[in-house]
Amino acid sequence: MAEIQIKNVAKKFGEYQALHDINLTISDREFMVLLGASGCGKTTLLRIICGLETATTGEVWIGGRRVDHLPPKDRGIAMVFQNYAVFPHLTVFENIGFGLRMQKLPNDEVTRRVERVAELMHIEMLLKRYSGELSGGQRQRVAVARALAMEPDVILMDEPLSNLDALLRMEMRAELKGVLAESNTTAVYVTHDQVEAMSMADRISVMHKGKIVQAASPIEVYRNPAAEFVAGFIGNPPMNFLPATATGNGQWRVAGQTFDGPDTEKTLKFAIRPEDMAPADTGLVAIAKVIEPLGAHLLVTCDVDGGMFRAVLDSDTTVKAGDRLTLAPQPDRVRWFDPETTLAVA
Amino acid sequence: MNARFLPYVLIAPVTFFLCVFFLYPFVLVANQAFTADGGYTMENFREVVSDWKFPISLQNTLLLAAAVVPVQLALALLMATMVNRMQKGRDLILYVWTIPLGISDLAAGIIWLAIFEQSGFLNSMLDAVGVIDKPANLLTYQNPWIVFLAIALAEIWRATAIMLVILVAGIGLIPKEYYEAAEVFGASKWKQFLRITLPLLRPSLQTALVLRVILAFEIFAVVAALGGTLFPVLMSETYAYQFDLLNSGAAAAMALIILGISIAATLVILRALRVPKGATI
Repeated sequence: MAEIQIKNVAKKFGEYQALHDINLTISDREFMVLLGASGCGKTTLLRIICGLETATTGEVWIGGRRVDHLPPKDRGIAMVFQNYAVFPHLTVFENIGFGLRMQKLPNDEVTRRVERVAELMHIEMLLKRYSGELSGGQRQRVAVARALAMEPDVILMDEPLSNLDALLRMEMRAELKGVLAESNTTAVYVTHDQVEAMSMADRISVMHKGKIVQAASPIEVYRNPAAEFVAGFIGNPPMNFLPATATGNGQWRVAGQTFDGPDTEKTLKFAIRPEDMAPADTGLVAIAKVIEPLGAHLLVTCDVDGGMFRAVLDSDTTVKAGDRLTLAPQPDRVRWFDPETTLAVA
Repeated sequence: MNARFLPYVLIAPVTFFLCVFFLYPFVLVANQAFTADGGYTMENFREVVSDWKFPISLQNTLLLAAAVVPVQLALALLMATMVNRMQKGRDLILYVWTIPLGISDLAAGIIWLAIFEQSGFLNSMLDAVGVIDKPANLLTYQNPWIVFLAIALAEIWRATAIMLVILVAGIGLIPKEYYEAAEVFGASKWKQFLRITLPLLRPSLQTALVLRVILAFEIFAVVAALGGTLFPVLMSETYAYQFDLLNSGAAAAMALIILGISIAATLVILRALRVPKGATI
């Protein structure tokens, strides 16, 4: 059992408040992704869980044990670093076995464990090499193997795939997910790549300016973003926003069209994902500006009510720049946000 | 100019300079060492090696190097690690620590002579606090170990900073992530020093040790100031052959012997601290 609990954790670097009152529970064996733009505090939070950084206030619990006063080695964790930190002066074998040697495990146990994880990561033929003789992808595998060899309760990963090329990243993504699922460890994974987050996570914590804006399953984060920031950050292209005016009784006027919405007095923003619309007889009137055929579908950037608006349409749609489109949003996919709090309104 | 030749043109002046003022005199000295009575011979070497002072001066030189260099290495490593951790005032501390480098070795010897001689600071202090009845003459043939100690101390004080400067630069090149990884995987600070700092510092250690060991074999002025003729070393013997005995053939032979020892030591150091292919940062 290795549930991670983060209770009221805050971190200040001098005057700069990097983290504000973070509360997060990561279940045993969960794959949790901390997602956010650079500078949002995701790596700081990971380093606090790891013990490389100390929280200014708050507590960190792992497996029912308070660990924030313990050194990293006593927390039952292992970490994969962004630049791999594969020791250049040690062979792959000694790199993977580094933590085991520090625990003073007997030689045959070290060999057994190193060979097992090397096989798991498909690097058994590289065990005698030095890191200078490895490719980026191989170094990455060594870094993961070194963490797995510790048989930790929790594995922490700081943008482990960010230094790989696109193709290798996709391959490693799937492989890493499989390996981690089999290893029965709790995983905390930091990334700024939303595709990585969506495809790997059991749950995503979207972070912004030192706060967790939303922590939910990938599909929930995608379908029901808790805040405007999440709606704009997740999804490529991001969600569309349009100003809306209340006309009473839960009716809203958006770009000349009437929609059902929340029954409130406030001013709200109307939001819809680009792929949740289709051309129809009635709907939002859009003037197509740029057409980008992407193979599987068509990305149309258009002008709705004087603002930029994107729609992902079927690739068979015939449309050219300057055309007038009528786009009907799927009613159950329409979301509403309060511009004052930037939070979603149901 | 053709980019292929430009590098060679640029290094030509310094190469020329070294050939004229270093390589050429070296050939002359080597020639002189192997010449006696107008013919090529090993006579000069036979003469200096069979002299009764040769074994003593060789032994003294090697003993001094063996005593001084390890202490300097340990101190330089300790100082470099400490200075590397400093957030503020790092440069100031480095400047202060490297002050002895700016002093000539003879001046350094005289400073320590002022401490150890009969009317020196050490005697005055011991006398003042009542530890001794009257000032003792420490640097005499009756106290060879005190002479040795005084020379070793002066050398450590004077020349540790040269290693320090090289090691500080080397430690600064080791990425912080390696230490973080080592910490996460359970290495204590001491283990991090042994398993990360030392091995990754090998190139700098090579440079520092080679430089220091060669200088240790060439020790002269500090010994001359503190030990005089009580403590013969290879370099003082070379000096004596050249200027007291006016036997430049023998002096040249001595110089070549020192060179041979230096080369041997350099090879041993390079071999012991070599970095396997592919294992660099």
